[in-house]
Amino acid sequence: MSRPEHPIVRLRGVSKVYGATRALSDVDFACFGGEIHAVLGENGAGKSTLMKLVAGVIQPTSGDIEVDSVAMRLKGPADAMARGLVCMFQELSLVPDLSVRENLMLGAVGTGLGRLNTGVVRRAQDILAQIDGGAIGMKTRVADLSLAEQQQVEIAKALTRDPKLLILDEATSALNASVVEKVFQLIRAERDRGVGVLFISHRFHEIESLADRISIFRNGTHVDTFDNGACSYGQIISKMVGQRIDDLFPPKPAPDPHAQEVLRLDGFGWADTLKDVSIVLRKGQITGLGGLDGQGQGSVLQGLFGLLRGTEGRCLVGGTPVAINHPKHAKNPKLGIALVPEDRKTEGLILDQSIAQNLELAALGTDGINASDPAIYRPFLDALELKCDSLDQPVSQLSGGNQQKVALTKWLALGPRCMLLADPTRGIDVKTKTQIYALLRRLAESGVAILLVSTDYEELIHLCDETHVFYQGRIVRHLTGEDVTAEAIIAASLNIPASAQTAQSTHA
Amino acid sequence: MRNLLKANQREAIAILVLAVLLTLYLTTHPTGANTYVVTIWANQCLILALAAIAQFFAVIVRGIDLSVGAVMALTNCVASYLVIGSGLDMAFGIAAVLAVGVACGLFNGALVVFGRIQPIVATLATASLFTGLALLLRPTPGGRIDYDLADAFTLDVLGIPTALIIAAAVIGLFWVPLRRTGLGLGLYAVGSSEQAAFQSGMPVPVIRLASFAMGGLFAGLAGLYFSFVTTTGDAGIGPNYTLNSIAAVVLGGVALRGGVGTLTGAMAGAFILKTIGSLMFFSGLPPLAQPFIEGLILAGAIAIGGAGVLRVKNRLEVFGK
Repeated sequence: MSRPEHPIVRLRGVSKVYGATRALSDVDFACFGGEIHAVLGENGAGKSTLMKLVAGVIQPTSGDIEVDSVAMRLKGPADAMARGLVCMFQELSLVPDLSVRENLMLGAVGTGLGRLNTGVVRRAQDILAQIDGGAIGMKTRVADLSLAEQQQVEIAKALTRDPKLLILDEATSALNASVVEKVFQLIRAERDRGVGVLFISHRFHEIESLADRISIFRNGTHVDTFDNGACSYGQIISKMVGQRIDDLFPPKPAPDPHAQEVLRLDGFGWADTLKDVSIVLRKGQITGLGGLDGQGQGSVLQGLFGLLRGTEGRCLVGGTPVAINHPKHAKNPKLGIALVPEDRKTEGLILDQSIAQNLELAALGTDGINASDPAIYRPFLDALELKCDSLDQPVSQLSGGNQQKVALTKWLALGPRCMLLADPTRGIDVKTKTQIYALLRRLAESGVAILLVSTDYEELIHLCDETHVFYQGRIVRHLTGEDVTAEAIIAASLNIPASAQTAQSTHA
Repeated sequence: MRNLLKANQREAIAILVLAVLLTLYLTTHPTGANTYVVTIWANQCLILALAAIAQFFAVIVRGIDLSVGAVMALTNCVASYLVIGSGLDMAFGIAAVLAVGVACGLFNGALVVFGRIQPIVATLATASLFTGLALLLRPTPGGRIDYDLADAFTLDVLGIPTALIIAAAVIGLFWVPLRRTGLGLGLYAVGSSEQAAFQSGMPVPVIRLASFAMGGLFAGLAGLYFSFVTTTGDAGIGPNYTLNSIAAVVLGGVALRGGVGTLTGAMAGAFILKTIGSLMFFSGLPPLAQPFIEGLILAGAIAIGGAGVLRVKNRLEVFGK
């Protein structure tokens, strides 16, 4: 199909900065009508930021956004929608306490604050019927729908807004293959009517079957754009991977597969989030959990730390079956489990309190430890080179890296046997990263078992002794030794079978 | 039908409880059920119901309004000067009273939306402000409301208490139409998930401002109706109504976290609360024990609403994760 002369949306030199992190830097990007344009990249590559800019949810720090060749500022989603830029968001834009019907009418074309437009509901029902969503009750509360049903409703809602450019951000992640195919038929029909489609997905085969053009993003920059089919899997993955950094990481000792077992999970499951997860943590080993965001890795840590109710399967600590029902059990020296949570600002620390007060929180109420004794924290603070004026300074005044040092030290002082870490280096400067890596390795050598959730495959490759890759709540690949490569991790994260990936790579 | 019941579960329970309590009240009342008894009961209930509606509009958008009683006191004092004289005078007076209510609501809303102050703090401050104004107007209770007009709104029509007709009119002529507009829907959307409302293209600040303005209007109506019932102005009525309006919306199934509940439920909650109070009065319980029992019933009713926490599967969700 020939491409129209003018793009619907064009970004010129757009950057978006959040505090110290550059989510997008100097991006030029255009999408045209009558074309399905897929955007690929790892977590944190800037895809979602791009979508939010085009949908008017956020405004660029610098650079121009042109809609129909006119530079403008999109004041908000309503403004973008009025110009035909309709987004279906990854974090669903449905209101949980309202019914399906009400959600479809919310903010519908030509409604505003006045009389509701019930015609939209019939159109949406037609669309839902085409994508196996005909059985969704219009009066059901959205919170009572499954994630897949919510996505179907989102798709119907977006399509009833008469988009000129339809933005789909992980729009089909919870849908099964036959529904996805029906959604794709709808999307193709929209394209054939001249609608532009911007499509983010982590499923390679979906992009292969749907996209006309593909753009790759990496670390906030636009790497390349090409027609679908012009590059092989192997070439695409290497564009996503980019350069490596080696000396960040401490040297790895030779693996010891027979080291003493510290913790074993057998057939661990929880609600719909985790299924049949089995992991063994050994003394002195760093075990990585990889995969895309939100595939259940985080829930494994929460489950081990006693935060989840109704978990299935067995958990053995030092060979004895245990039931961990509360963080208080987990941190008891008998089990000795510590969790450094993902969001240090809300879960790991109390920002308004001083460093000293934060340090004491985990040790308080733990048998045999004097929480108020600063000497128990000192060695770790020194090893990590915490930079602060005094320990009475509020944690909120520290940089992200130094905050993470406090969050780590607070648990290290308990002398845990098993450390659970959720993405401990996210949003942290390189120097602090190396300090944390070195400390983790030293801890492992001193006999602590470490379980590390990471979205950074470099950590999984260079820091971890073995890696389990998650996809939709299951472990899809267990990688050890030489098998742990960026290509293998990304392929497993996208659930491409190992054989298919190697076949494609050899083509390239 | 099952879905409908499930969606309005809290409200259905509230209405059932009210029916039981009212039957109990009318059968235990010393003079038995007659129009006079029902009218007095309905008048008292309607004052609180209007205050509860004012509270509802703050709570539904995930706020709380500690100035409901203060706005009532202020509008009551304004009414005690203006709602008297010729028909035209009184019409102007009523319009002025309601305008004062809306202005108070808009002021609250502006502090919350533009000042980015938490509703509880903003309205705590404005409550003092409005009460202060009321005290300047009426340092001691006094003034008068036109008796004929007051009678017209507080007696009965063909045996049906006027207060109940007004209550039905508020639901039928105001609430039901409002629910069919984008604004009515937007109130819930903003309260339930501000982000989803924003991403759906709703003007979140406008909706929140409108909600506080409607809250002010109903607080003004509550003050006006209080004036009809007492036919005098009193600056000291506020605190009691503020607290009871919060209790009423919770009893009526409106979630304090916002986005859940209905105006009808808030009214039902107010009727329940007042009926419990009246029941106590004629129950023969020692007067000093009555606040205790009333509190016990209230605490029990509210606890039922919070039972959902027990079913949470991830402990972190209890903390609003």
